Amino acid sequence: MANINELKYTYSLRIADNAWILSHRLSEWCSNGPLLEEDLALTNIALDLIGRAQTFYNYAAQLEGKGKTADDLAYRRNERQYYNNLLAEMPNGNFADTIARQLLMSVYEYYFFMSLQNSKDETFAALAVKTLKEVKYHMAHAADWTVRLGDGTEESHEKAQQAIDNLWMYTGELFEADETDTALIAQGLGVDNPSLHSLWETHIKNVLEEATLRLPTADYMQTGGRKGVHTEHLGHMLGEMQYLQRAYPDAKW
Amino acid sequence: MSINTAPAIDDARLSKFEESVQRGDAVEPRDWMPEAYRRHLIRQISQHAHSEVIGMQPEGNWITRAPSIRAKQILLAKIQDEGGHGLYLYSAAETLGISREEMIEQLQTGKAKYSNIFNYPTLTWADIGAIGWLVDGAAIVNQVSLQRTSYGPYSRAMVRICKEESFHQRQGYEIMATMMKGTPEQREMAQDAMNRWWWPSLMMFGPHDSDSPHSSDAFRWKIKRHSNDELRTKFIDKTVQQAEVIGLTIPDPELKWNEATGHYDHGEINWEEFYRVIQGNGQCNKQRIAHHKKAHNDGAWVRAAAEAYKVKQAVKNN
Amino acid sequence: MATDTQLDLWEVFIQSRNGSHHMHAGSVHASDRKMALQNARDIYTRRGEGSSIWVVPANSIVASNPDDADMFFDPADDKVYRHPTFYVMPEGAKQI
Ligand SMILES: [Fe+2]
Ligand SMILES: [Fe+2]
Ligand SMILES: [Fe+2]
Repeated sequence: MANINELKYTYSLRIADNAWILSHRLSEWCSNGPLLEEDLALTNIALDLIGRAQTFYNYAAQLEGKGKTADDLAYRRNERQYYNNLLAEMPNGNFADTIARQLLMSVYEYYFFMSLQNSKDETFAALAVKTLKEVKYHMAHAADWTVRLGDGTEESHEKAQQAIDNLWMYTGELFEADETDTALIAQGLGVDNPSLHSLWETHIKNVLEEATLRLPTADYMQTGGRKGVHTEHLGHMLGEMQYLQRAYPDAKW
Repeated sequence: MSINTAPAIDDARLSKFEESVQRGDAVEPRDWMPEAYRRHLIRQISQHAHSEVIGMQPEGNWITRAPSIRAKQILLAKIQDEGGHGLYLYSAAETLGISREEMIEQLQTGKAKYSNIFNYPTLTWADIGAIGWLVDGAAIVNQVSLQRTSYGPYSRAMVRICKEESFHQRQGYEIMATMMKGTPEQREMAQDAMNRWWWPSLMMFGPHDSDSPHSSDAFRWKIKRHSNDELRTKFIDKTVQQAEVIGLTIPDPELKWNEATGHYDHGEINWEEFYRVIQGNGQCNKQRIAHHKKAHNDGAWVRAAAEAYKVKQAVKNN
Repeated sequence: MATDTQLDLWEVFIQSRNGSHHMHAGSVHASDRKMALQNARDIYTRRGEGSSIWVVPANSIVASNPDDADMFFDPADDKVYRHPTFYVMPEGAKQI
């Protein structure tokens, strides 16, 4: 059985990976947004996520105690050593795909960080309070756009529905609890993920209803992110992201 | 505007306008202004806006390859600022009676230009340093001088932009400085970027004063406050010293300090290259516009959805 | 394809901190109020410039006409008695 610091290390790393990988996706929107204003809005969200990744990587590095930096964790691991949820790495697709991913993820994050505020680990609790402010904004942004797209034109309605349907099978994983989770839940340090599911689903259902969209019924759920088993997309992202760090291992930037 | 006004009244207005500009008063959107003044401003401000927006692309080319968390954060925030600058400037131009839709169309059809510098490619990470340091460095010299331009909305946009620009040049210089302190490969990369970006940066100030087509009106109306050559010299003077401090060589064997003028003299700029790139034969001209069109077209259904939603809500609330 | 829309123009007013006036900061494009407010936030308060935002559809603003400036503003120029400096204070009296 891993000791408590190892568990917290893994936990912090997972939160950081979710933020880091998703921020990378959002940063790909830069100069590609549907309206200049929206380009800036997506970048703001990306910057929030990068900041979040950095603080949780820092904490992970500190817990690990091997003198690593946040950059080492962000840039110097292989595909199988990233523990983000699969949803975070899904490609941007069209704007509806990105908004659907933002909605499904940010509503989850909202309930997750609400709960993490009560962690007995002071750092987790404090970081959760700070993160929650950003998440509320991300959630509003995603929900408002979901409604506009769902209740906009026929074309946008179709695209929004398609996006939600396509991503649905990557949402089950968000509510899993493995040994790390279970051990931390038992000590009052981590979030009881499975208990968030119904809150999340109700919330999503309400947004979709306002958007005149259907809650998907497909129930097969993908899994693997927390074990480092990813989609094909992640490897390509890392190849690009880590290029300079890999090509010039001795260089400082 | 004022198409039906009698010529005599226009003459009186014109002299009143010229006097007030000479006094240093700002011109505001609803004030009477000569059509040529309006046209000049629309051309200049929209070109400036397009430059900010197209300028997001060469730097955006490295966001997903930024080598550290900090570098990625800074670059993303910097490019976002440029988008914001484009937006402030589009708004300033809109006060002159042109819509953003029209301006975008002019950009995409080649009727409106953007700064030539963004038709050069960003080949290595050092190019991100070189752009921030040299390109933003050159832009800021120009923009500081435009803070006192005669058209109020343009001048206010420039004040805001200059405030935000202040970190852009620094972050670029920091990238260059860090690389120059790094491995031999990094130093080589930095010098290579310097070699490729130096001359195009000097070209950003435009042709020599003697060959500058739009200048005289622009000066009389205080749209432009300093000449191309004045601004270019200012840029060179402050940049040479910064290059020396970090050990970069300026790729101009004729560059030397001139005691008499108190400025640097520089070698001749390759104007043939300048005009070749302006005319569309830079490496990236087609690529930049194609990228802009793609984003614009891909986003059309999103904007249409937002419009449709607005209309539906209005019907519901009535 | 249908003609392009870049959505509607809104004017943005930012209050930098409680107690101060909302000041005109610039404009944004947006199709509805929520979007206008969010866009204004994302564009004009990225450096902590604001504690409150107003957005107003640009076409709802009524502006005075510069041609009316004479009749609107000049009559106020000779009402010097509206300024405290118009009044003579007796020697030795203290300012309140
Ligand atoms: Fe710029
Ligand atoms: Fe700029
Ligand atoms: Fe800049």
